[in-house]
Amino acid sequence: MESTLLGRVSCFSRPLSKVPRRWSSSISQRPGSDRVRFPGAINSKFTTEMTFTNPSNAPNIPTYRVMDSDGVLVDKSRKPMNVPNEEILSWYKNMLTVSVMDVVMFEAQRQGRLSFYMVSAGEEGISVGSAAALTPDDVVFAQYRETGVFQQRGFALKDFMSQLFANRHDNGRGRNMPVHYGCNYPRTHTISSTLATQIPQSSGAAYALKLQALQNPDTPPRIVACYFGEGAASEGDFHAGLNIAATRSCPIVFICRNNGYAISTPTLEQYRGDGIASRGLGYGIDTIRVDGNDIFAVYEAMRKARSIALQDGGKPVLIEAMSYRVSHHSTSDDSFAYRARVEVEDWKRRDNPIIRLRKWLENEGLWNEDLERDTRDQLRKAVLKEFGEAERKKKPAIREAFEGVYEEVTEEAEAQMKELKRIIETYPEEYDLRQFHEGINGL
Amino acid sequence: MATLRLPRLIPRPRRYSTAASPSSRLNLPIDYKSTPLLHHTPATLSDTIDLPDSSTPKSMNLYQAINSALRTALSTSNKVMLFGEDVAFGGVFRCSMDLQTEFGSERVFNTPLTEQGIVGFAIGAAAQGMKPVAEIQFADYVFPAFDQIVNEAAKFRYREGATGVDIGGMVVRMPCGAVGHGALYHSQSPEALFAHIPGVQVVMPRSPSQAKGLLLSSIFESKNPVVFMEPKVLYRAAVEHVPNEYYTIPLNTAEVLKPGNDLTVISYGQPLYLCSAAIRAAERALGASIELIDLRTIYPWDRQTVLDSVRKTGRAIVVHESMINYGVGAEVAATIQDGAFLNLEAPVKRVAGWSTHTGLIYEKFIIPDVARIYDAIKQTLDY
Repeated sequence: MESTLLGRVSCFSRPLSKVPRRWSSSISQRPGSDRVRFPGAINSKFTTEMTFTNPSNAPNIPTYRVMDSDGVLVDKSRKPMNVPNEEILSWYKNMLTVSVMDVVMFEAQRQGRLSFYMVSAGEEGISVGSAAALTPDDVVFAQYRETGVFQQRGFALKDFMSQLFANRHDNGRGRNMPVHYGCNYPRTHTISSTLATQIPQSSGAAYALKLQALQNPDTPPRIVACYFGEGAASEGDFHAGLNIAATRSCPIVFICRNNGYAISTPTLEQYRGDGIASRGLGYGIDTIRVDGNDIFAVYEAMRKARSIALQDGGKPVLIEAMSYRVSHHSTSDDSFAYRARVEVEDWKRRDNPIIRLRKWLENEGLWNEDLERDTRDQLRKAVLKEFGEAERKKKPAIREAFEGVYEEVTEEAEAQMKELKRIIETYPEEYDLRQFHEGINGL
Repeated sequence: MATLRLPRLIPRPRRYSTAASPSSRLNLPIDYKSTPLLHHTPATLSDTIDLPDSSTPKSMNLYQAINSALRTALSTSNKVMLFGEDVAFGGVFRCSMDLQTEFGSERVFNTPLTEQGIVGFAIGAAAQGMKPVAEIQFADYVFPAFDQIVNEAAKFRYREGATGVDIGGMVVRMPCGAVGHGALYHSQSPEALFAHIPGVQVVMPRSPSQAKGLLLSSIFESKNPVVFMEPKVLYRAAVEHVPNEYYTIPLNTAEVLKPGNDLTVISYGQPLYLCSAAIRAAERALGASIELIDLRTIYPWDRQTVLDSVRKTGRAIVVHESMINYGVGAEVAATIQDGAFLNLEAPVKRVAGWSTHTGLIYEKFIIPDVARIYDAIKQTLDY
């Protein structure tokens, strides 16, 4: 197989005779079979009973959980988690960091200090728990409510703040809206606002990893993790991405955050099947539904999914993580326009990935009220410190508006930059360049 | 068993597509065997392509040249992968013939029938350092992938910024253009739509040797996503000598195909053959000297070559097959009036498809032909 990957096959052959050729995909019929081997569905038996398969008769896919909402392991007989307590504590702190940052930044947006923000309240467990099961060499494509993935993968507060304030240190060079984070290594692709476009892209990236592993067996095993919400799963790109991943046997784990809402649209208006998980089976993809408020369940499912994804050179897996979007969709949304405040308050009280893990940590004697208060204080101070510094930093040079469109700035763009410079110099009172690195010379 | 017997039609013109008028003097079928735009002998190759000394040219049509380019690309780098609908058995236009047998089903393969999936898949593979060459079966069917091209491929490097990740090496190939009977969905040339998008390069070759050099450039030398449009009417019609080895043609320069002093005709792809025929007729009838320019790369395009030419000739015509409204001709004409205003002695004329759809039996009346180009030349010279 390797020789075919690295170049031409030496034994190049074409059928020379007139003998009827049978392709490897050809299907033959055995006499007396209880099924016709139609090429489109080779294992379907005949039946004389005319029954339409009704989705409501099929059992709903169960939701995997490890601990209950009191932080108690449900299955007493199960083996303990094979994760050191320090690591579990770091997950907890990562969830707290996201949560503390969310509160500060949401407020900052309300004060008009940044243009936009999206919190991930209620979904910190999904992003932190799943990212904890990845290696730094794994590649991530995300939607936008996966701040915890970036946090777990080592994106620092300074990186978050630089992006949110679009300052000189922003990886995105001030080009993207806030929360559109991106990182080269561990590779976590820059978020784009277009929903679901990352899904077929992640299949292609996973196929590339598979090919690279075949071509160079020394590369460490790598998968792609692709995140999206249940609303995005209605896009055509979801269908395209999962189907291609299945037919090309890609090492990829799709993680759907099913939080009940796509902006104002409840899931009842999004789909009528058994959530997103039921679709995985239709594509021939190994699928599991997990309790997204249970970080242990998410972590374990992701760990197992990762190993399944690497089987036989590549195999896609779908995880549907159930949660509830406690927050508004974004700072541009008032969710009480379409759902009852009491419903949200209920969820906040009833269940939450942070509180659940905190209870487990307290049950284990690893956490207490004092630690909680001190940690939150420290985190808040650290966020505010980076916030202040990032806010004061200059914006990137104005040339960044034109660079990076192509590998090299085109003649057309050079001319337009020159023209913009002329305009700014002719009408200096119309433009405030003080915020931008190098001012007019940055053009 | 009775079989339905159709009477054999004796006069050969194909009744399903509109034929030239029997009295035509301008709108004659293009004789690809004698057009000066093709390298009928190896001798003329070195005039346009910088070839290594060991060059061993071979006569090929356009699909064979594409096939040769893809074979060269697949053997040059194991990062190159080729996929799309029906590419495994050789492709519906035979462009990927034998490539799966030679390079294996891991690198040359069929995808499910989903254009948005194909382009999305290519973007992801390119983002991990591969060189994916994706095929869209007809340019008419690229629109489901429009979002992936416009919002994702084109903006990928820009939005990644300092992470340094890009999708250079990604190429989306698609057969385009009228073919005589393609009607609404097998005739389109959407290059103007892509030329409106910063971040992608749009390329359309006119001949087999050009196609190979431009395609290899797109795969190996461009660090940007490339939309590579292949005029499908030329797949079998255009035959010329093509070098066997690896060579590239730059993506940022136009080519002056024929020098002239009185008028500049600017075009790309198949209509260049019509322009060439119209120019010959006009030079003979009107005694003018006409320059012909092939843009080759539609965006970002070589403004300088065009402006230099028009500053010399003072007159210009832009010709393309796709619709005139907001077409490539509009951008070229506007650039000429901006950059060569004082040299212009006549308005810049656009000869392009009418602003309608390509109804099956009306094709000949809709897309530019030699008569329309000839008339534009005459009007522009007479102005």
